[in-house]
Amino acid sequence: MIDEILAYLARRVDSFLMGCIAFACMVGLFVLFSASGGSFERVFSQFMNIVAALVIMWLAANTSTHYLERIALPLYVFGLVLLIAVALFGEISHGARRWLNIGVGRIQPSELMKIAVPMMVAWYFSKREESLRWSDYLVGALLVFVPVGLVMKQPDLGTALLIVASGFYVLFLAGLSWKLLAGGAISFAVLAPVFWSLLHDYQRKRIEILLDPSQDPLGAGYHTIQASIALGSGGIAGKGWLNGTQSQLDFLPERTTDFIFAVFGEEFGLLGNILLLVLFGLLISRGLYIAAQAQNTFTRLLAGSITLTFFTYVFVNIGMVSGILPVVGVPLPFISYGGTSLVTVLLGFGILMSIQTHKTLMSTS
Amino acid sequence: MRLHREVKNHSLEQHNYLNRLAVASAVVFVCLGLLLARFLYLQIIKYDYFQTLAENNRISLVPSVPNRGLILDRNGAVLAHNFFVYTLEVTPSKSGNVEDVINRISQLIEVSAEDKKRFKKLRAQSHDFESVPIRTHLNEIEAAKFAANRYQFPGVEIRSRLFRHYPMGNLGVHMIGHIGRINQGDVKVLEESGDISNYKGSDHIGKGGIEQYYERSLHGKTGFQQVEIDADGQAVRVLANTPPVPGDNLTLSVDAKMQEIAETAFGNRRGALVAMDPKTGEVLSYVSMPTFDPNLFVDGIDADTWKSLNGSLDRPLINRPIRGIYPPGSTFKPFVAMAGLEEGKRTPPFSIADPGFYALAGSAHRYRDWKPEGHGSVDMQKAITVSCDTFFYGLALDLGIDKLTGFVRHFGFGKKTGIDLEGEMGGLLPTPEWKYKRWKQKWFPGETVIVGIGQGYTLVTPMQLAQAVSTLANNGVAMRPHLVKSIQPYHGQAQQVPPVKMDEVALNPNNVAIVRAGMVNVTQPGGTAASVGAGSSYSIAAKTGTAQVVGIKQGAKYNAGALDERHRDHALFVAYAPAEDPKIAVAVIVENGGHGGSAAGPIARKVMDYYLLGKVPNAEVVDPKKPSEPPVEDGPHD
Repeated sequence: MIDEILAYLARRVDSFLMGCIAFACMVGLFVLFSASGGSFERVFSQFMNIVAALVIMWLAANTSTHYLERIALPLYVFGLVLLIAVALFGEISHGARRWLNIGVGRIQPSELMKIAVPMMVAWYFSKREESLRWSDYLVGALLVFVPVGLVMKQPDLGTALLIVASGFYVLFLAGLSWKLLAGGAISFAVLAPVFWSLLHDYQRKRIEILLDPSQDPLGAGYHTIQASIALGSGGIAGKGWLNGTQSQLDFLPERTTDFIFAVFGEEFGLLGNILLLVLFGLLISRGLYIAAQAQNTFTRLLAGSITLTFFTYVFVNIGMVSGILPVVGVPLPFISYGGTSLVTVLLGFGILMSIQTHKTLMSTS
Repeated sequence: MRLHREVKNHSLEQHNYLNRLAVASAVVFVCLGLLLARFLYLQIIKYDYFQTLAENNRISLVPSVPNRGLILDRNGAVLAHNFFVYTLEVTPSKSGNVEDVINRISQLIEVSAEDKKRFKKLRAQSHDFESVPIRTHLNEIEAAKFAANRYQFPGVEIRSRLFRHYPMGNLGVHMIGHIGRINQGDVKVLEESGDISNYKGSDHIGKGGIEQYYERSLHGKTGFQQVEIDADGQAVRVLANTPPVPGDNLTLSVDAKMQEIAETAFGNRRGALVAMDPKTGEVLSYVSMPTFDPNLFVDGIDADTWKSLNGSLDRPLINRPIRGIYPPGSTFKPFVAMAGLEEGKRTPPFSIADPGFYALAGSAHRYRDWKPEGHGSVDMQKAITVSCDTFFYGLALDLGIDKLTGFVRHFGFGKKTGIDLEGEMGGLLPTPEWKYKRWKQKWFPGETVIVGIGQGYTLVTPMQLAQAVSTLANNGVAMRPHLVKSIQPYHGQAQQVPPVKMDEVALNPNNVAIVRAGMVNVTQPGGTAASVGAGSSYSIAAKTGTAQVVGIKQGAKYNAGALDERHRDHALFVAYAPAEDPKIAVAVIVENGGHGGSAAGPIARKVMDYYLLGKVPNAEVVDPKKPSEPPVEDGPHD
């Protein structure tokens, strides 16, 4: 009986991904305990976030890819409506208008778009695959930049970046021509100054300070400098769990959320970092494998985009903490405290699992 | 253009896709390799460097707060400066049980209930590792007493902090403003403007007045010291020091002595006065009565004092010159007169026979003149001098509301003057469009009629009135009023604030002369403010006004004595002098003061006497009931 229940529960779950995710979540809870100064409360609250996110992942894994394909358009439209609602009636917190109060609580529609945008673009290309024209890439780009524009206005640079990335990956995998890519790169170089002028002052400052953290050692540069000290002083073996001086002595800002990797790197050193990198590498590899094995255009594009977006999370966050990328608000999956991004990431993995486990059924039918 | 004709080939399409995926995978692993390389660099190559920074000697950045810029009057008298005081501060993360520590401190030096209340409030707003003052303004004996017992109090330190002080106390408080503790709202604003890191270590920020408007300029640039800290968190030595840059010193165009004369002249009456140089827009006096002591706010005002200030019927916290809105009353007439002359509706020698009221064609309603029996034959010049309502009722109707408001808008009515203060109100110049938008009602001709005498919906701030009179005195050129005359950065040359033209309307010199002659006669025997001009060695162009606070029924008569003091009319007075070459323009409002000539006029005269002649009135003159001037009777008035 119990075996049957377990078998039912595990039917659509990819055991390799599940193993890596479970391990990463465990590591995350340990790091959070240290970063929060030994707060069981925080750890418990994050544990509940993990449970909720796993339930959502399981539901996604048990949703057939046909169904996903069917809801791609409605989901996208729904997300767009919510984003417009945020722009009109959203709640402002910390200088940004990102949240929508729906009575029972606040939701952040931009998070939904991280999944809805690649689904929409993948759906569009799967519909157009028989008669693909270059103008379809233009439509694809439009599908990406309308929500991104709304998110940029909130302003939420981190989320906008991830949505752009997820949409771009679909276009790229769908065969966006190299010439266009090169053209895009050149026009970016040309348009960069225009884009620069559109950025908010604080966003500009972040980029300037990335180039020269000493410019503002009391303010924005402080994050980068302190994170580098934390990582560097961790050395090869690290200072040991709960023993990071930078982390424990309040030198590190936002050390349970965006900068939690600095705590990890200080306490577990280079070896810990490599272990974590390998763990993320395994998750990404499995995702790419699933993408390569997927059987139709929609699932191929979606699986590839979800995996590469996950990689983007990891790269942008670790790159920012270790000082090679600007400080944009992107959390580290599984490790950073917070439920919203965890739900989004695990929803993505749930979809990957669905793509993997519904595959055989499709080919036999 | 077809991109890939062969896209239809299924196996080739999959082949393309796998190629793309392979490229993406390569990029992914190159990027992960990049991160690995960064770890190797930070954690192996630079390990010693960061190890030193983090483990043996932790480096802490200590902000050094810059000196806030001084505020000086036009002659260099200090209006706001800084001084150091000793404060006793507790760092909760280091001190242990805070309650216990405070109890032990209070056995050593006095800690009042207010101190404890403030400490509690501040502690709730700060992190445990930040130090919070439990006592401020320690005297030397207290400081020494604590220093001797310091070893008993880990995490408690004496610090010297910069405090703001306003040596002239109440003087010009609405113009100077004050500083106060940085609150959540301020933090939000600083975060949005990107200035937050410059406020590390700053406790205060400008609130109101010059202190607020010129905050960026006054604050200065925060410096910092890189300090080596030992394992106990004590500073061992300073590694690097970037000194702070003090804020700019601001010199105001206001004269403190003149300000004092003006405020004293108000006595205990409520109101506002603005004096300007009409040619440059420099504000010479900026009075809002009653005043309060800005020094109360620097250290955090206690709840009772705040309540009594905020709840007072006299509303001392209102910044009247820019936020008090009043009907302009008859002080509006010279501008309507200019409109009539310039628009060609009243060309000399036009005159009317005034029966003491005005009626619209086909209406029984009588718009009464303040003088029931009428003024007889009245031309433009006389209409201004005797403030003839009947004349202006008819003129307003002939002009029509659009022409009237369109013209006087050039003098600054209905829009902000642009003075260098936050929170200015724009007053109201009513138009049919405005009325429809506001009330969804059409405009009636009768409403145009009363706009002619500055009644109805028309509302002005004293600042607007002063700018309007300045513009009249400056032949139609409106200058932007400004309080700050020059800005002196810590490094470098003082910069004069240049005069800025706001608006300009071409005026015919002959018309200007007619209005001026009418206004000069106001302060001559027979004018409505004859007493104001009595014994003056220079000529004063002026206009009196009264603004109703409560409506008076048709046929009823206004009786000041029978009314509650706060329901009495507001007294208004505007003037510029010398009339032939104006150097100063003044607008005065005395709330519930009654008549403009007798209540508001003498205050303006004292200010002009000081500015033009250097005359300082003696103290007894303050009481308006005992005029020291020779007894010259005002003409009958409105």
